[in-house]
Amino acid sequence: MKRIRLIVQIIYTIITNGYAYGFLNGKIYQGNLKYVCVPGLNCYSCPGALASCPMGALQALLNRRGFQVPFAVLGFFFLFGSLLGRFVCGWLCPFGLLQDLLHKIPLFRKKKRLPLHHILKYGKYAVLILLAGAGSLFLLGGNFAKTPAFCKYLCPSGTFFGALPLLGSNALLRSQAGLLFFWKLGLLLAILLLSVKIYRPFCQYLCPLGAVYGWFNRFSLVQVRWEREQCTFCMACKKACPLDLEPEEISVSPECIRCGACADACPASCIHMGISAGKGASAPCQDQ
Amino acid sequence: MHTWKNNDKTDSAKSRLPIPGWTAGVLAGVLFLSMGAVRGEFTVIFQKAVMICLECIGIG
Repeated sequence: MKRIRLIVQIIYTIITNGYAYGFLNGKIYQGNLKYVCVPGLNCYSCPGALASCPMGALQALLNRRGFQVPFAVLGFFFLFGSLLGRFVCGWLCPFGLLQDLLHKIPLFRKKKRLPLHHILKYGKYAVLILLAGAGSLFLLGGNFAKTPAFCKYLCPSGTFFGALPLLGSNALLRSQAGLLFFWKLGLLLAILLLSVKIYRPFCQYLCPLGAVYGWFNRFSLVQVRWEREQCTFCMACKKACPLDLEPEEISVSPECIRCGACADACPASCIHMGISAGKGASAPCQDQ
Repeated sequence: MHTWKNNDKTDSAKSRLPIPGWTAGVLAGVLFLSMGAVRGEFTVIFQKAVMICLECIGIG
């Protein structure tokens, strides 16, 4: 499962960021695919991006005059979330892939969580509400226009996949980089460095898209199921889980990114990842 | 690959929805997407996404 996931992540990232002309010329794709959003955090200013970022799209709609409910982005959230939940984070997010790769570097003693995890894990909800939500509604830019606050002040995916390739290949943009760019670059470097030691720190503590999809984990079509009756409570799943989740938590936790490590590790085969045909998270498992 | 069926009576009794939660979510998603299309929101997304977002890359 681990190797399959890595292959899927790489292929997905290449396909959704396959506009090679953009990388070579410091430009971005401007075709019709950008009417729709991809499921993961994927900056639409990445030179290779073929579709839109759902979090960027949310802020673009909130940046309109007055307040209008952003129905289109809610639609994408419900569609992707109901089908996949945080499977998107584990399998279909380019920035998640980047953090996964960095965590493989054999430097430092690896840790699954930061100290004060039980408090810090709510950071992503604060980012969603305060930056992507209220920030995009009320913060004003230099020309008194509303600003996409999450993209502007925090998003490390935009810095890595958008800013660095664009500034590297476009001299005009490079000449305009100022304090804000260096703030975002510093944040990016801190998150990337932390990723070598801690498993996916951005996903665990800061990603507003993870906060959205986490809500769908309980009832999404793709599920991880734990069968209590067959469990020997050896805790092999907890040891294998990169997020340190207990077997009771795996099915329903908004933190689970559906990586499948628990299912691979379970010696009693009582954890399965697959498609739910039932009515909710409490449905028992049946082998097909 | 596995599938699950809800054949447990207790679980069925607890369930409030007559259809699986994910199905209701998908239907809501399609409804919201349609409402967004009617209100021209896809054009707003497109117009933002085809211009280099200076804020996103730390210049704006």
